[in-house]
This record gives sequence, structure tokens and C-alpha cells, in this order.
Amino acid sequence: MQCQICKKNDATIHLTEITDGNREEMHICEQCAVEQGIAVKSHIPINELLGGLLAAQPSDDDLSGQPGQQVQCPCCGITLAQFRKEAVLGCPYDYEVFEKSLLPLIKKAHSGKTTHSGKLPSKTPKDTKKQVELFNLRKQLEAAVQSEDYELAAKLRDKINKMES
Amino acid sequence: MILDSPPIGILWRYSASIEVYPPQAESSIERREMKLTDISNDINEWFGGSGPMSDIVISSRIRLARNIAGYKFLSHCSTSEKSEILNKLKDVLMSLDLGDKVFYISVDKAPTLNRHLLVERHLISHNHAFGKGPRGAVIAQREFFTAMINEEDHLRLQVLKAGCQLFQCLEQINNIDDTVEQKVDYAFSPRYGYLTACPTNLGTAIRVSVMLHLPALKMTGQIEKFLRATRDMSLAVRGLFGEGTEAASDFYQLSNQVTLGISEKDIVSQFENSIIPEIVEYENAARKRLLSEDADLLNDKISRAMALLRGAHLISSQEALYLLSHLRLGLNMHEHMGASTPAIDRLSRLSDADGKGSLSIATINRLFLLTLPAHLQLNYGKPLDSTHRDALRAQIIRSALNG
Repeated sequence: MQCQICKKNDATIHLTEITDGNREEMHICEQCAVEQGIAVKSHIPINELLGGLLAAQPSDDDLSGQPGQQVQCPCCGITLAQFRKEAVLGCPYDYEVFEKSLLPLIKKAHSGKTTHSGKLPSKTPKDTKKQVELFNLRKQLEAAVQSEDYELAAKLRDKINKMES
Repeated sequence: MILDSPPIGILWRYSASIEVYPPQAESSIERREMKLTDISNDINEWFGGSGPMSDIVISSRIRLARNIAGYKFLSHCSTSEKSEILNKLKDVLMSLDLGDKVFYISVDKAPTLNRHLLVERHLISHNHAFGKGPRGAVIAQREFFTAMINEEDHLRLQVLKAGCQLFQCLEQINNIDDTVEQKVDYAFSPRYGYLTACPTNLGTAIRVSVMLHLPALKMTGQIEKFLRATRDMSLAVRGLFGEGTEAASDFYQLSNQVTLGISEKDIVSQFENSIIPEIVEYENAARKRLLSEDADLLNDKISRAMALLRGAHLISSQEALYLLSHLRLGLNMHEHMGASTPAIDRLSRLSDADGKGSLSIATINRLFLLTLPAHLQLNYGKPLDSTHRDALRAQIIRSALNG
């Protein structure tokens, strides 16, 4: 595509401007963009990129069809809205809980790939159920320590150690 | 500007006969808190100016992100959970046999200047240095290995080597990762691979980076072309100090973005077999073009850099980086291409700071590092305001380049 301004170079910058509901598209080259005072960032920080991708995602409400009912991870309590804001997930289990919403993002970030290829841990990792159990035990442990119920805390600690070994 | 006599002389008298790391009882070395003055007045291995293709490829680095199974990701961990993770990983990492002494640094408790120093030496990331909560770093004395604990993920392993040595980095980090994995369970899914706090690191969770010195591409106005090409290949380009930093002084850090669906080995192969050789070829072609078609420009840049660096009494770190880059170019063209122009000849006739032989790349590389703000201040022994820093920086450079 040719640059709309100089009509010489290839258009590498594509802008869509929406003013009062009117959509206007612009295709220009980098040189003209600089001349027009349109800031061109050659290095897009990863978080910004992610933010852009996330903003384009359907919201939880769109997905569940139930406005106001936000899906929450039973492990870490994070919602998709929170993830969109912070750009980091709350726990490994989120990849299962929000799989549908995360998949398009994963696809986009990894050139269309969605399945791991490469190193595998030599030990079989704990299954999700066991991991979730560990999360919950740690949650209980923290509550026990906070309420100074050290007897319970010690019991929970033993249980966690046993599960981990 | 008059400074109290700074201990700069020591920096330049440093030789193999001076023990930078005094031998101590084995156990106390292994676990003592690292004294940063141990390393701040010397250059590290990866910036030492050796290694394959080191005239253009300064360093190779590989990072792996890992999280422990059964814990939440860091942003949702309580302080006590973070401490638990920290202690657990610290114990595992301090017991690694790396063939080198290993130090531990409590990053959250370290003075600001020390944290800056670690960032300047590429031992930890800016986010790790100035993040929140309990966190630490395990560092090999020769600085080829760092483990950041509680950065964005529970664990980030890093191996750094001089020049183009990505396969060697991969082999070493892989072995370290295997050893760590014997002692902790990683969060892993058969479909998505190693699970990371940010989905952009998912899969192999590997970040392969090379630091490139591309002054001729910049001088000949071709750097934008290079940047565009890297974007087309889904590579990220950053400055000398990682994410968010401007490409300072002709140094560019190039790294992969895609981590899922492609193996570690394939990513490294792409870099070693096509990306790096291609860029090195472009930079070399630009250097040759400068010699044959634009010698005036080349002579001008090198001569100005020499004059300013040898004469200036105040110099900012940005300006120093910019000018030193031209000296590095000149010396490398002399050494690797046998280039001879009036400016390059004058440059290569300068005597080295240690008084032995002519100005070496190692000296220039050392100046890059030692004149960075945190290095300056730690070696000086106390914090300095920016004017005093500029004066000290100019003084160090003058004394190194005026023989």
C-alpha cells in the first residue's frame, strides 16, 4: 500500500481515527508520520502491546452472557478485568479458568502457536487437583498463623510438606 | 571542579597481581553477603571484549522463567508466601555447583546505589532492583550466572557470556535448570509448557538476547531498516539496559518474543545460524562502505570522539557512551579489518592505560562500565551529585586515554 501523503513510500503506519462516530483511516509511511508530528514508537514495550491486545478482547460479560457476573478464579480470586489491568495472572490455574479468553491472546503473542514444544520437566508435575489443594492449604495456613492458632498451623504445615515430598 | 583525590588510580593499576577477591575460608565465601566493591572496580567476563564475533556481538544471554507449583504467582502472594518462596529457592540455588563462588544479595534490603550497580552490570533487571516485597539474587562471582528470585516470576535464571555464544549459554542454563528441578516442582502444563505470570512468556519461557554494537549501521543511516527487519521477524529491540531504555549509544539488545510452540534449541539456532550472521554481515558491509565511500565521516566521528574524551572536564554518561562507541568502532576496524585512516591510525597509536602497548578494546569496554553512574559512585566511595559525577567521569576517561 502506498503512503497517502507522499505517494512514494510504502505505507507502514495505519491509523484509524474515530471522531464523533466518524471513522477515518490513514495509511502513511514513517517519514511522513514524523513530519506530520504523529509519534512513531519503534519499540513498543511488551506491556503496552499486551494492553492493546487485551483491550481488543471480549469482556467476561460478553463471554458468559450474564452481565455483572464476573468469572473469578477459585484459587487466587483474580478476574479477567483485573488481569487486563495488571497484565499478569494470579496463579497457574488461571490458564485453565480463563482458557477461552486467554487463548486468542496467547495465539497473538506467539505467532499463532498454542501448544508447547520444547523442554519437559523430568518429573511429572503435580496434577491440577493437587496443586489447587496446595493453594487452599496455604490459604488456611496463613489464616491459622494470623489468628495465632499455632496447633492448626503446625498440622497444616505437616500436611503441605507431606504433599510436596 | 575539585574532587577529593578519588581512588581512580587503583582502577588503572589493577593487574592480575592484585587479588580482587581475597581468599577466605571456603564456608564464609560461599554464604557471606557480597561486597559490591569486590566487583564494581573491575570489568566482568561478558563485557571483557573477548568471545566469538565480539567486535559486533558484545554478549549473549539466556533467561528462563520458572514458577513453583502449588504457589500463586507473585503479584498475588502475601509477603509471608514471598519470603517462603525466596528462602526455598535461595537454599536450592546456593547449593548449586557452578564451578565458581556464589553470592547472595537481599535485593529488597540493598542500598539504592548497589541496586543500580547490579542493573548496570546486567546482573538483575530494573524491575527486580526496584520492585516490591522480599526478593533476592544469587550471583556467580564471575557474573556469568544470576538467579533472580521473586522478580515477575518466582525464579528467573540467567546465563551471560561474552560474544556470540548462545549455544553454550543454552547448555549451561539447561543444566542449571535440571538441577533446580530436582529439588522443586515447577508449574507446568503439557499443553502450555512452563506457566508464567505473563502469558507472553508462556511455553519454553525462554528469552534469548544478544547485545549488539552497530555504530556503522547508525552512521550510514541504515539503523531504521535494521529495526524494521527485526520487527518483521517478531524480535524485540531494546536499549543497553533492557525494557524501556532507549537504544543508547549504538548498542542494541535483540531478543525473541515468541516462546510458545518453538523449542529452545530452534530459537537459539535461528539466532546463531541466521539472525546474528546476517546482522553482523550488514554491520561489516556498512563499516567497509564507510572506509571506501565515507572516510571523512568516519575520520570526523573518531577524531571528534578522541578530542572530546581526551579534553573534556565534564561529561555526561550519555555523551560518554556515545563517544566511546566511536572509539570502539575505530579500534575494532583497525584490529579486525586492518583499516587504516588518519583518525584510526592516531587512535591505535594511543597508549593503553596500563602503560603497556597500545590502547585496547578491553580498556574501552572497561571505560563503558566504570563510568556508569553507580559504578562511579561506588568506586568513589560515596554518592555524588550529577556535576561531580560528570567531573569524575571526565577525569577517569582523560587519565585512561592520555596514557
